[in-house]
Amino acid sequence: MTAAAQFLPAARRSKRMNPARWGLYAFIFITALYFLLPLYVMVVTSLKPMAEIRQGNLLALPMSPSVDAWVKAWTSACTGLTCQGIRIGFFNSVRILVPSVAISILVGSLTGYALSLWRVRGANILFGAMMVVAFIPYQLFIYPLVRVFSFAGLGQSLLTIVIIHTIFGLPTMTLLFRNYFASLPVELFKAARVDGAGFYQIYARIMMPMATPMVVVAVILQTTGIWNDFILGLVFAGRDNLPMTVQLNNIVNSTQGERAYNVDMAATLLTALLPLAVYFGSGRWFVRGIAAGAVKG
Amino acid sequence: MQKSDVDIRSLQIGFGGLKVLENLNLHIAKSEFLVLLGPSGCGKSTLLNAIAGLIDVKGGEIHIGGRDVTWAEPKDRGIAMVFQSYALYPRMSVRRNMSFGLTVAGTPRDEIERRVGEAAQMLRLTSLLDRRPSELSGGQRQRVAIGRALVRHAGVYLFDEPLSNLDAQLRAELRVEIKRLHARLGATMIYVTHDQIEALTLADRIAVMQGGVIQQLDTPKKIYREPVNRFVASFVGSPAMNFIPGRITRDSGVEFIAGKSRLSLNGYAFCGQPADAPAVLGIRPEHIELTASDDPSSVSARVEMVEPMGADTLIWCRLADGTAFSFRHDADAQVRVGDTLTVRFPADALSLFDETSGQRL
Repeated sequence: MTAAAQFLPAARRSKRMNPARWGLYAFIFITALYFLLPLYVMVVTSLKPMAEIRQGNLLALPMSPSVDAWVKAWTSACTGLTCQGIRIGFFNSVRILVPSVAISILVGSLTGYALSLWRVRGANILFGAMMVVAFIPYQLFIYPLVRVFSFAGLGQSLLTIVIIHTIFGLPTMTLLFRNYFASLPVELFKAARVDGAGFYQIYARIMMPMATPMVVVAVILQTTGIWNDFILGLVFAGRDNLPMTVQLNNIVNSTQGERAYNVDMAATLLTALLPLAVYFGSGRWFVRGIAAGAVKG
Repeated sequence: MQKSDVDIRSLQIGFGGLKVLENLNLHIAKSEFLVLLGPSGCGKSTLLNAIAGLIDVKGGEIHIGGRDVTWAEPKDRGIAMVFQSYALYPRMSVRRNMSFGLTVAGTPRDEIERRVGEAAQMLRLTSLLDRRPSELSGGQRQRVAIGRALVRHAGVYLFDEPLSNLDAQLRAELRVEIKRLHARLGATMIYVTHDQIEALTLADRIAVMQGGVIQQLDTPKKIYREPVNRFVASFVGSPAMNFIPGRITRDSGVEFIAGKSRLSLNGYAFCGQPADAPAVLGIRPEHIELTASDDPSSVSARVEMVEPMGADTLIWCRLADGTAFSFRHDADAQVRVGDTLTVRFPADALSLFDETSGQRL
């Protein structure tokens, strides 16, 4: 190392700030400001009373900050005819989210595991096709699916929306887990077979414990995807189970008289809280999961 | 622990239209150490996987311990297997790795503990039992994999190139350990490798394979001394056997003629009647002897290169007609490049092969 270093050109990283470096930092700073500005406006607006908002100083800090708007958004904002705040939607979303995430990961990892054992020629083309299918717009499927579910007597219900989310999550989940399991040495599976473990035992006791990083990635993908869903929830969940995104839309769009910007902002921030928390809390895992998929063994 | 013999009867294996093994017969006796030796793609691993029940056969039968197991599950065959990539379960401790198979089989806990303890002691793993595979070195990992096989108390142990991922020194160490294990357990072992040193040191019998066919099945000594064809002769032995093209004549006693040199074959055990025909003479480097120049059956050769190898020296020579060969000599030989040596090819150490078929004559 030291011997080689003296032959290197003087390309040592300079600690001093030169104009190029200043420019770089300035650019990063301005870009960050640009993207953070809407968030800043939302936060300050949600903390202002309406009187202050009416003055029109969008960027000004609140003179007398209060969380009244947040409380109202949570407990008493009107979503259509009922006025119980967005918490109804929050709990609906949680009830949709938890089983949908769990079931889609369970089914996806199981199919991915099965397909990883299926090593025939042309398999990669098939999986490529599956990936393409995963990107077909949902809207195309809505009408046929509505017909299928009403024919099956399921109609709009919590069960329906959970099934729908599982189906739509399946291509991505399957590919995620298949690619991970296919990267493991085949001998691991052979060793387990010699040890007498069956298909499900190998899945549960050897494959899944190894796939923890993949499970974390899957949870992140599915949680954000399902939480942010609007159209599927609106169509399939039924009136009693409308998710938070739909309720948020109702709050923003059902106004009597003056538009309560502070309540709208607070409700929006509340809705965005969970995906934000997931990203902040799991960014490290997310990167690790992707890396673990790329590196063998 | 009961020991089983393995009987393979006209086994056929193919993938799609590709035939890997065709009509292969092989019997491995109780307590025998059989090595399947061959270059990659010769079907040796395929054969081992078929014995383990990890790939389906197209035809024929496999009997282990007198029982037809051709269609039995791997766990029901009375086998245990060690893999090249160790194939340890990464999320389990060494102890759990070794006991997993027994747990699955529903073995009582105290029995599991006893067997794991016994295997761990045998393989010097006792202090590592609570570690994860990722915390072990390559040699330790492979010892765990061997331990995992041992606790099964199987009738037959299968090894699929178990030492190929290790460095040279560890390989030699574990080789001795496996040999010691075989002596101690007296278990039937089938061992796949492409390393001829492993084959020669470990095996009771070696099956040299090429193109899905067993070329020769015999003791290491016999394989080394009397290879049945040119493939076996060239594959086994390092440094490799020398091959000198020429012809056999019976003008005045049986002789081999290469260029201007004539070699008496008096003392060579022909498989059949010698005939006047083109042939290839094979001789191992250590069987060539220096001799006095007035020896009638000697040839003279020019030294082209000298490779000191520590214990001895490998000398590369060229005959007058241009044929190159190497021979082994004491480390303290005073031989220099450019010297002319007179050497003798003892007839009883030769191998003669048919020029076209490559079969031993």
